[in-house]
Amino acid sequence: MTQAEVPVGSQVYTEHHTTHKAWKWYDYFTFNIDHKVIGIQYLVTTFIFYLIGGLMAVAMRTELATPDPDFLDPNLYNAFLTNHGTIMIFMWIVPASIGGFGNYLVPLMIGARDMAFPKLNALAFWMVPPAGLLLMGSFFFGGAQAGWTSYPPLSEITANTAQSMWILSLVLAGTSSILGSVNFVVTLVKMRVPSQKWDQLPLFCWAIFATSILALVSTPVLAVGLGLLLFDINFGTAFFKPEAGGQVVMYQHLFWFYSHPAVYLMILPIFGIMSEVIPVHARKPIFGYKAIAYSSLAICLVGLFVWVHHMFTSGTPPWMRLFFTISTLIVAVPTGVKIFSWVATLWGGKIRYTSAMLFAIGLLIMFVLGGLSGVTLGTAPVDIHVHDTYYVVAHFHYVLFGGSVFGIYAGIYHWFPKMTGRMMNETLGRIHFALTLIGANLTFLPMHELGLKGMPRRVAMYDPQFAHINVICTIGAFILAFSTVPFIINAIWSWRYGKKAGGNPWNALTLEWTTDSPPIIENWEVLPVVTHGPYDYGMNGHSANGNGYGEAIPPEPSATR
Amino acid sequence: MKQIPISLLTLVAGVVITLISIWVGQNHGLLPEQASEQAPLVDNLFNTMMIIATALFLVVEGALVAFMIMFRKREGDETDGEPIEGNLPLEAFWTAIPAIIVIGLGVYSVAVFQEMGGLNPGDHAVMAHGSPSTLVAQMPEGEPIAGDVMPLMAESEGTSSDEVRPYYGFGSPDQDQIKPADLVVNVTGMQYAWLFNYPGDNITTGELHVPVGRDVQLNLSAQDVIHSFWVPQFRLKQDAIPGLKTELRFVATKPGTYPVVCTELCGAYHGGMRSQVVVHPQEEFDQWLDENRVVAEQPVDSTVATNPADMSAIEFLAPVSQAMGIPTDALTHLHVAHDS
Repeated sequence: MTQAEVPVGSQVYTEHHTTHKAWKWYDYFTFNIDHKVIGIQYLVTTFIFYLIGGLMAVAMRTELATPDPDFLDPNLYNAFLTNHGTIMIFMWIVPASIGGFGNYLVPLMIGARDMAFPKLNALAFWMVPPAGLLLMGSFFFGGAQAGWTSYPPLSEITANTAQSMWILSLVLAGTSSILGSVNFVVTLVKMRVPSQKWDQLPLFCWAIFATSILALVSTPVLAVGLGLLLFDINFGTAFFKPEAGGQVVMYQHLFWFYSHPAVYLMILPIFGIMSEVIPVHARKPIFGYKAIAYSSLAICLVGLFVWVHHMFTSGTPPWMRLFFTISTLIVAVPTGVKIFSWVATLWGGKIRYTSAMLFAIGLLIMFVLGGLSGVTLGTAPVDIHVHDTYYVVAHFHYVLFGGSVFGIYAGIYHWFPKMTGRMMNETLGRIHFALTLIGANLTFLPMHELGLKGMPRRVAMYDPQFAHINVICTIGAFILAFSTVPFIINAIWSWRYGKKAGGNPWNALTLEWTTDSPPIIENWEVLPVVTHGPYDYGMNGHSANGNGYGEAIPPEPSATR
Repeated sequence: MKQIPISLLTLVAGVVITLISIWVGQNHGLLPEQASEQAPLVDNLFNTMMIIATALFLVVEGALVAFMIMFRKREGDETDGEPIEGNLPLEAFWTAIPAIIVIGLGVYSVAVFQEMGGLNPGDHAVMAHGSPSTLVAQMPEGEPIAGDVMPLMAESEGTSSDEVRPYYGFGSPDQDQIKPADLVVNVTGMQYAWLFNYPGDNITTGELHVPVGRDVQLNLSAQDVIHSFWVPQFRLKQDAIPGLKTELRFVATKPGTYPVVCTELCGAYHGGMRSQVVVHPQEEFDQWLDENRVVAEQPVDSTVATNPADMSAIEFLAPVSQAMGIPTDALTHLHVAHDS
């Protein structure tokens, strides 16, 4: 289907016969323009990057089991920490949650046959593998070593070729993100089935909408910062070189103007996944639909004005420290609204402890702690004490691992039947969950104390007084690494031999469950009509009584082909 | 359970959670000892947040776990839960309460920040000029001036070069009587060592010595990359930034030896960039000054510059790894090597 053939705002589609109704395996390895194929391409590719980034983390934790740099060369250690951070953020969480789930689900949830610009969509995906290869390739040139923030002047004086590759990789990933975001905004505004009003939009779509706007505003600023850094390194300019009149702090403003909102780019789609998974498995309407939808937009807006809290100890004038203390704290309010709403959704529910639900609840457990430590980091006086220490490492791993990664897993367990047509094994899922929860807490909880007591981050060698706590963290990291094994076995085995899923195994009400599993090419034979809200559980007899758990609700035919 | 009113249960739970939270806030033992005037201020703020966080943690996680147990699906029950879609008073409540809490914390942290001296770094020089409210442009002496940078901060009219002061960092905690510090130390960060220079006494050392109870001002600068000066026991941290002068003022309150840590990634041996600050009683400090003045008067022109590229990492770091009391000639090596 080309872009021109999609009549915007109409139920009736031009006749477009396809000779087959499903993609073959090799279609997933080509430039395919189907949003579902692209979504799965994103998820699988980024998961591979997750494993690579995870191995780097394990190597670093092995190094940190002892205070001396006896396992990794310190230069290699810095290359690992730089690439671990970069990969996890730019090659895993952002592309998996926005690119993977967003592409797969948004058209299905709004009753569209594809994204607004399918070719642009494929193009955006095909920027991700080369971006990852550039990062990996940088190891042949010593690896970028200046941290994922790559502050000059350090980034300008170490491993120049590798640093340039790092920059180009991020610019590629950023371009991909911008292309994807444009696509999501247009798709969500223009491609919904006419019967779907904004207040019937699944919350995941609201989250992707807010995310895309945020990405469109902030990503170009990162590109500017990185571009200037690239010029400084390779072409003799002096934007950030103090000895020639440049300003090193300016880079930090440009970098954090994107990279703080990047936190919301990572977490907002996950919030969306939570809002889909919890009502289905708790058999309850989501509590406070509008509050959750609007709080996504509020986070998107306020999130643009908090970046300086990363620079409280830098060259930041006092008024900035105060303004950004207040604005940072205010982000806690819409975030809190979401958390409370999810907890309230459980009230009076009939909670099914599926693997998806376990990961969703695990996310809540982890994220509350990450959010609370985030509030302490928002206040300038405390932030100044713990900035660039393991306290910060603990905080953002609670948010990004406990938040984003748990959410991605919840999403995979939830939508795996839709994507593959087969159920995942619940026993393996539970083992995976238990190992992940134990591993994550064992790894990241003790880090709070490390930071408060005085251990800086990004060090290959540290004061021996911190050795004991570091051993605990390292053991946790090994458990965390091992926790992926049952998941990988489960995913591969279930994809081939798992129990057949049927169209709607969870008896869910959003539109993606009204088609086959996996959905046919172009998603529906006949486009669905929205007759009820996305979360009307227990209402109008939709799935209560009689309508058993594990049955599909047939789509109501109204549109013709 | 049925005969106990729900409000009574809530009250009891509230009291218990409050007591636990207050206890945790006072006894978490997560912070190192306090050794500066700023430290108790930061700790009080942290402990307050710890109390609030513990209470919120218990309430939210408690509700979560309780709901998980109370509302689990029973065997054979395939029905849906009760369709509750929202509750406006409840939603208004849980939006308003966190908003009040964070605004309260915001105001409190601003007050603490002010008391710590965060609001007036370097303005004692301006005070001499008679206009305490004037912000001073940060202009490194003897270096090209990036005058157009951050015009927001630069209201530079009326400042001459002799009163150019750092605008970033922590200044005198005393808002009304801004007075010069008792002791000024110039701190230079370089890969991978801190240099402490006592300008009045021509002393340069690898570790910081200060008297207890006196107002100490550190003028921070960096030679190569960004470093960050942190003494965990002082609860103070400030980046040393190439091309930008920053300041840190503190009063040490307790004699002892505390670590000086670099917290900004500054290269491969960043983790090894550790030194210490020795807080002396005044007499001991005077004695230390006397001893070191003698050392400083010895000639250092026998020094030969070496190219760090010819040195192995171990050789390069040897002076640093000696941790305490770096000899002056070794320091000169480093100095010259990094200038070249």
